Amino acid sequence: MKTFTAFWNILKKDFKTYYLKPPNISWGIIFPLAWTGMFFIKSGNNIESVQSILPGVVALSILFGTTSLLSVTVTFEKKNRSFDRLLLAPIPLEVLMLAKTSGAIIFGIINSFVPIIMAAFFIDMSHVAWFVFIPAVILIAVVSTFLGLFIAVAVNEVFEAQTFSNFFRFPMIFLCGLFFPISSLPFFLKPISYLLPLTYGADMLHGAILGKNSISVGINIIVLLFFCTLLFFLSLRNVRKKWIL
Amino acid sequence: MKNGKHTAIKVRKITKSFDQVKAVNGIDFDVYTGELFGFLGPNGAGKTTTINMLTGLARPDSGNIYVNDIDCIRNPKTVQHLIGIVPDDSNLYPELSGFQNLCFCASLYGIKKIEREVRARELLEIFDLVKAADRKFGGYSKGMKRKLTIAAGIIHHPSILFLDEPTTGIDVMSARQLRLIISELHKKGTTIFLTTHYIEEAERLCDRIAFIVSGKIIRIDSVPNLIQPIKSRHTLKIICAPGITKLKKAMEDNFPSMKIIIQEEGVLRIEASKPIPVGPLIRFLEDRHIDVFEALRIKPSLEEVFVDITGIKIDSMKNEKEKSGGTS
Ligand SMILES: Nc1ncnc2c1ncn2[C@@H]1O[C@H](COP(=O)(O)OP(=O)(O)OP(=O)(O)O)[C@@H](O)[C@H]1O
Ligand SMILES: [Mg+2]
Repeated sequence: MKTFTAFWNILKKDFKTYYLKPPNISWGIIFPLAWTGMFFIKSGNNIESVQSILPGVVALSILFGTTSLLSVTVTFEKKNRSFDRLLLAPIPLEVLMLAKTSGAIIFGIINSFVPIIMAAFFIDMSHVAWFVFIPAVILIAVVSTFLGLFIAVAVNEVFEAQTFSNFFRFPMIFLCGLFFPISSLPFFLKPISYLLPLTYGADMLHGAILGKNSISVGINIIVLLFFCTLLFFLSLRNVRKKWIL
Repeated sequence: MKNGKHTAIKVRKITKSFDQVKAVNGIDFDVYTGELFGFLGPNGAGKTTTINMLTGLARPDSGNIYVNDIDCIRNPKTVQHLIGIVPDDSNLYPELSGFQNLCFCASLYGIKKIEREVRARELLEIFDLVKAADRKFGGYSKGMKRKLTIAAGIIHHPSILFLDEPTTGIDVMSARQLRLIISELHKKGTTIFLTTHYIEEAERLCDRIAFIVSGKIIRIDSVPNLIQPIKSRHTLKIICAPGITKLKKAMEDNFPSMKIIIQEEGVLRIEASKPIPVGPLIRFLEDRHIDVFEALRIKPSLEEVFVDITGIKIDSMKNEKEKSGGTS
């Protein structure tokens, strides 16, 4: 119960001080809007194509929304030393890190609905397999948040966190099959694609929205869960090693 | 247990290195329950590193730490329930108000909403911050920040409190107010571990003091015991014109019962076991055309003991500190 009080208040504080602040709201809402708009315009008047790019836009909105927040809630707080206060509190490190990431996960999930709502104005969404779409969105939000966490605890400066996360994010746009299939990539890039968690999330979304997934839903879920666990525990290990001197 | 006293903190042979630097080099000490224990040393002595190890923010390379008999290295989270920590700089959230900061810190210890609001108000009252309660912490003055940081450290009524240089970098009035609050906490039975570079502060507040220099504890004792050996010593400081170095030998011959120390050109320190007659000394110097500007008796104080034991010049320590205190 005590741990839960701490968890809840850390989450609440982050929401109040970071997520609900205008710059982050705009980052969270306008950014997906911009992505969506850009791709919709690019795809021309062809309504069919809106549907074909929707999975990619949803995945990107979540990826960019979540990863950019961790550099604030974690790296920035570590830098100004208020994170030490959290490390000194009698809360298990696992719970603390979950509290610091839950906000970003929720934020990412909310972000994913921006392109969906926009698309709903243009295309018929009745065929979307929501029971696959929802888990896919949640898993992408969790895995990209933990990727952001992994980066945030691996660096010392906020700007390093941002640079480093771009190093991951931009290649992922092309390598994870968001807008064109992995099969069309040069053969030497394909192995890299399968090492990136977003590949599996995007595949699930393709399945849910277009009914065209190349990997079975079960395997996608298992692989994503594996990446979530791996990234989370690697991050915890880094915190223990680097921040508890 | 030792002499019927419970041990709140037990430290055995802890060491900690950073790269080439041995920040803490095999220190041992006990802090008894209810005691106010001072850790006194110059910059870089290893005070903060020691606190970090005692509170679970750093792991020693070797050695053992027990807080209320709990192994602090294995179970830091259990220990963290019992202790309050006031770090050397004020690391609360700049974008939250004073009141919100206190409530947030209380929530980290699992305190319920109603209770934490009552406690936060109570602390704002004690620390004279009621008027600033709803202002953002980022806009507080340094003294106010310090006070709120201490309030946050005791929000959960810890039985053991760690204070890292609580009065560094704030004005005399606020420092005095803080010392009063610290004494109050001590009187109410809180065990307090305090680091400081202000020798006077340590002397006034602490039951026992450890001198730490370059990661090693040089001496631990109670204030009266530390001062005892120099109590019967009489010290005189003479400030005069330059040119005394070459007179040292002659002075020693003339005043065989006194120990003559030239601290620097123009500053003479004289020690004796009996009261020192000032007239003959001044006459001796003036006869040799050395103008004497000032002669002052130095009372036996902890400062003297510290200089004796550590060989560190107090003035240099103070100056260094004032600078660093001003920026942190
Ligand atoms: N994270 C760190 N990395 C490298 N060196 C460190 C680190 N922390 C402390 N040190 C070194 O360890 C030594 C002891 O530092 P510490 O901060 O414990 O001293 P201190 O007694 O608290 O000094 P001050 O009075 O300035 O606060 C110093 O030489 C310092 O440079
Ligand atoms: Mg220090």
